[in-house]
Amino acid sequence: MLDVLKRVFGMSEKKSGTVAKERLQVVLIHDRASISPEIMEKIKEEIIGVLSKYMNINRTEMEISLENDSDSVALVANIPVNSMRHAK
Amino acid sequence: MSQIIVITSGKGGVGKTTTTANIGVGLAMRGNKVALIDTDTGLRNLDLLLGLENRILYDLVDVTSGRVQYKKALVRHKKYENLYLLPTSQIKDKSAVNPEQLVKLCEEMKKEFDFIIIDCPAGIEQGFKTAIAAADTAIVVTMPEISAVRDADKIIGELGRADKENVKLIVNRIRPQMVEKGDMLDMGDIDEILSVACIGQIPDDEKVVVATNRGEPAITMSDSVAGQAYKNIVARLCGENVPFLKPQKEGFFARLKKLFGLL
Ligand SMILES: Nc1ncnc2c1ncn2[C@@H]1O[C@H](COP(=O)(O)OP(=O)(O)OP(=O)(O)O)[C@@H](O)[C@H]1O
Ligand SMILES: [Mg+2]
Repeated sequence: MLDVLKRVFGMSEKKSGTVAKERLQVVLIHDRASISPEIMEKIKEEIIGVLSKYMNINRTEMEISLENDSDSVALVANIPVNSMRHAK
Repeated sequence: MSQIIVITSGKGGVGKTTTTANIGVGLAMRGNKVALIDTDTGLRNLDLLLGLENRILYDLVDVTSGRVQYKKALVRHKKYENLYLLPTSQIKDKSAVNPEQLVKLCEEMKKEFDFIIIDCPAGIEQGFKTAIAAADTAIVVTMPEISAVRDADKIIGELGRADKENVKLIVNRIRPQMVEKGDMLDMGDIDEILSVACIGQIPDDEKVVVATNRGEPAITMSDSVAGQAYKNIVARLCGENVPFLKPQKEGFFARLKKLFGLL
C-alpha cells in the first residue's frame, strides 16, 4: 500500500539515471583496481625492499592482495616479521 | 603544426565512424587539408558514410605493406576537395597493419595535411593499439549508457598507459527527454565519473541515419541538431570557445510547471 502511494507521488523508485550512476561508480572502483600479476609482483618486491631496511621479513609466507568489498577496495598485506634490525 | 587525432571508444557502435566523417568534413569545410584513415580493417565503413565507396582503388594495407605510395591510395572527396580518405582493406584482418607501420605512415602524411583523423575499431586489441599509436590527441566517444561509459573508462585507462596525454570526450546519442525525466545519465554524471574534458554532446538525431543513407554527413545538413553539435566540436578543435548547446528540450509538462511557477 505504502509502495503504491510512494509511487504515485514519485518517491519510492530512484530514477534509472541515478541508479546507473551509482552502479557505475561501484563497478569502476573494481575495474580500475584490477592490477596485472606482473605489477602486483613489482609492488611486492618494492614493499620488501622498503621493509627490509628495518626488519627481517619472511618472504615465503608474506601475502599481499587487493580485496574488493561491495563499495571499496583495499590493499591487504600480511607480512610475518622474523626479527627487527637495530635502529641506526 | 598538424594534428593527429584518433577517434576511439571501447564499446562498438557508439558513433566513432559517424564522428570521424562529420569532424573530417567540418574541418575540410573550414579550409583545412584533412586526411581520414580507416583502421577498422575487415569492417570498412567510413567510405560509405562519405559516399566514396565506388572510388576506391587501393587501401591502407596496400600502403603499409609497401605495394603502393599512400598518395595513390587516397580518395579525394568530390565536394569537399580538401578532404581525403585512406580506406582500409575489406578482406584482410586487424593483424595486417601494426603500430610501427601506422606511425611511419602518419609521419610521412603529416607533411601534407593539417589534420589526420584515424577511425579506430571497437575493442582494446591489436586494432586499437595500431590506431592509437600515431595519435597525439585521442577523442573517446561514448553514449549515456552504463556499459558504454564503463568501456570508455577502460579505454581512458589504456590511453593513459600508452602515454597519450591529450584525451577528450564526446557523448553521443543523448536523448534530452530521457535526461529530463531522470532516466538517462546526464553530462554532469558522466563528467564526474570519467573526469575527462568534454568537447561535445551530440543529441540522438534521426537525421544521422538519413545522412548515412545518402553518404553525406549530418554536419552538411542545416536542419540536423547532431550536425550543429558536430559543427561546435569542429570549432572547439580549431581553438574556438563555443558554449555547449542546451540539450534540454522542454516537454509540455515542464513548460506547464514553469508557467505555474513550480520549477
Ligand atoms: N547522434 C546519433 N543519432 C542517431 N543515430 C546515430 C547517432 N550517432 C550514431 N548513430 C547510428 O549509430 C550506428 C553506429 O554508428 P557508427 O557506425 O558511427 O558507430 P561505430 O562506433 O563506428 O561502430 P563500430 O564500433 O562498429 O565501428 C549507426 O547506425 C549510426 O547511424
Ligand atoms: Mg566504426
